[in-house]
Amino acid sequence: MMTLTDDQRLLQDSVRPFMAGEGAIKQQLRHWRDTGCSDGYGTALWKQFAELGLTGILIPEAQGGAGLGAVEAGVVLEEIGRNLTPSPFLATAVTAVRALEGSAQADRWFPGILAGETVAALAIDEGKHHDPARVAMAARRQGNGFVLNGAKQFVVHGNSADLVLVAARTGGATGETDGLTLFAVEKGAGGMEVERIALADSSKAARLTFDNVAVDADAVVGEVDGGWGPISRALNAGRAGAAAELVGVAAGASEMTFEYLKQRKQFGKLIGEFQVLQHRAAHLFGEIEIARAAALKAAQLLDGGDDKAELLVSVAKAKAARVAALAVQEGVQMHGGIGMTDEHDIGLYMKREAVLSELYGSPRYHANRVAELSGY
Amino acid sequence: MADLEAFRAETRAWLEANCPAGMRTPMRGEKDLCWGGRHFQFQSDAQKQWLAVMAERGWTVPDWPKEYGGGGLSPAETKILKEEMRDLGCRPPLTSFGISMLGPALLKYGNEEQKKRFLTEIARGEIRWCQGYSEPGAGSDLAGLQTKAEDKGDHYLVNGQKVWTSYADQADWIFCLVRTSSESKHGGISFLLFDMESPGVSTKPILLISGNSPFCETFFDDVKVPKDQLVGEVNKGWDVAKYLLGHEREMISGMGLGSGIGTGASGVTLGPVAQPDDPLLRAEIAAFDVDALAFAAMSERFIDQLKAGEAHPALPSMMKYAGTELNKRRNELVMAAGGSDALEWDSERSKGGKSARDWLRSKANSIEGGTSEIQLGIVAKHILRLPGA
Repeated sequence: MMTLTDDQRLLQDSVRPFMAGEGAIKQQLRHWRDTGCSDGYGTALWKQFAELGLTGILIPEAQGGAGLGAVEAGVVLEEIGRNLTPSPFLATAVTAVRALEGSAQADRWFPGILAGETVAALAIDEGKHHDPARVAMAARRQGNGFVLNGAKQFVVHGNSADLVLVAARTGGATGETDGLTLFAVEKGAGGMEVERIALADSSKAARLTFDNVAVDADAVVGEVDGGWGPISRALNAGRAGAAAELVGVAAGASEMTFEYLKQRKQFGKLIGEFQVLQHRAAHLFGEIEIARAAALKAAQLLDGGDDKAELLVSVAKAKAARVAALAVQEGVQMHGGIGMTDEHDIGLYMKREAVLSELYGSPRYHANRVAELSGY
Repeated sequence: MADLEAFRAETRAWLEANCPAGMRTPMRGEKDLCWGGRHFQFQSDAQKQWLAVMAERGWTVPDWPKEYGGGGLSPAETKILKEEMRDLGCRPPLTSFGISMLGPALLKYGNEEQKKRFLTEIARGEIRWCQGYSEPGAGSDLAGLQTKAEDKGDHYLVNGQKVWTSYADQADWIFCLVRTSSESKHGGISFLLFDMESPGVSTKPILLISGNSPFCETFFDDVKVPKDQLVGEVNKGWDVAKYLLGHEREMISGMGLGSGIGTGASGVTLGPVAQPDDPLLRAEIAAFDVDALAFAAMSERFIDQLKAGEAHPALPSMMKYAGTELNKRRNELVMAAGGSDALEWDSERSKGGKSARDWLRSKANSIEGGTSEIQLGIVAKHILRLPGA
């Protein structure tokens, strides 16, 4: 059934007011941006996420988590998107947790994540476009461990991460999925240089440079040369999660815009009375419903271990990004001049959409992936 | 849950035993549909037998009550039946406007006698229905209709003209909107049912740009209609009409699109016509496939929302708009991929110009059942509650 279960609805009912209250734009995004916070989010809020059980949403019950799935993570992320709530939830509680699950590293890092004390980041991209098989970074065997050399970019939350999950090549050639290995690298590792990056949406990321960074053999997540397994798990979860967050961004921006159409007067009329705007608003509404359905379907297939899950994850990521782009562009345009001001929140949605759209693969990347998975 | 799994197993076994092999091959188009009715020419014994066994079980309309010829299945059971039919490749045993449009309206607004009589006939495929809605002067502004029904004591006397009546020349009965009062625009409309063989009814096919004539003009000249063939209350037909339109829009939103992502997804995506040596076409098709698969997810969600009573009453308008615009885009891409092959109009190679005729036919999707602009207006008014919409 593509409606939420009673339990999922209860989760939504508790998370929705929390994000709209504690997580609201004024309390979080604007506050931390305007005070120049180096993390880009409030650690107190992340602690509250932990108290609500959200940091462990995907962590198995046996390891102290809630043992829930992509659908539940999506419920949380839609509310995060709607309120532009800054937090490491997607990077850490969704993407990194899926990378670590079932590995020896899980016991080491899950307690800190559960407690809202540990931030983990995924370091895959090496160029300006996401393409995980094109990892070139070298991991050379040395003694009982490995030495890493290379560079990563767009490491979201990499600036404040306690743990960086780094994809590097122990075999194979650039472009191949075989021969990749995922390494758990701790903050402050010798030879790892962190360049702090402020992104357009005021979130923080890092460019990382690895100059002979030595790690032990037990830093390997999963198997040597078998990194594609945890990387795929992490990316599927991250992409499905980003799709849900984009649906939230689209919903938040469009709801703000539809309200504005009912308040703003020009030519002696509410601008929402103009049919030219009514039809565009109605089209946008439908597109958001469709994107939400795609995101839900992708999450359900992931949770069910369905072999169509990867296809639908790419459909959802591509669709949600396109629809969110439509929502923020129509949002700014329909607000007119006020929409261009920093004072108004609608522009913040445009910035967030741009970052989420690129994260874990742009809509073009995912449309291409839909084509490849469909055999053309 | 265990009960549903048992139902699934029984259903699958029954379908395997009862669906003739000839009804488990892909349909070649609209001409392979079984429409039923007094004059329907079955294409094969298999088609006739398939209708008979499914009607006997009430599975031509699985979710209708048993007393009206339905299967009495729950929403979950109906979904399972559809999934099993899809997985086994079973063709629909019966397609009709009686099932998709009139039936739901009668279930809600018909009296007991009408339900017993008409629903049972629909379920068995005995009567083929057509829809008398649009008129030459009442298209998007449907409530401006002028076909008049005068109260003559024991019957109504109907005079006027309908247009875009799908398959009126092959239909047995018509459900028809008529004006019973000129006092009020929406409040002067009534919903009548009558036999197309009644004296005074005539039809004339309309030749379309596709070269086919699925629609007719329908004329009423002093047609006598017994009074017990009025559905609901006199002058309150607009409620019935709107309710029925919701179902019509649901049906049209799915036109040309396969359903479901779970299995082969055939008919949903356009990947098979992509050509690797044409990167721009491939990119357009990939973008279409993203939208088509996302819409397939929405269709599935919409059905579940309807069953759970969670769908906004105006949501069929959103689905109709999105589905028909998508289908038009699909046909544009089929033509682009087909190049000059797709322009052939009657060659055997082109199956009688199938691509071109389907492409032209698809342009009606966003007009029939209320134009895209009408649907957007309904969403703006009833869902977004925009002022003055």
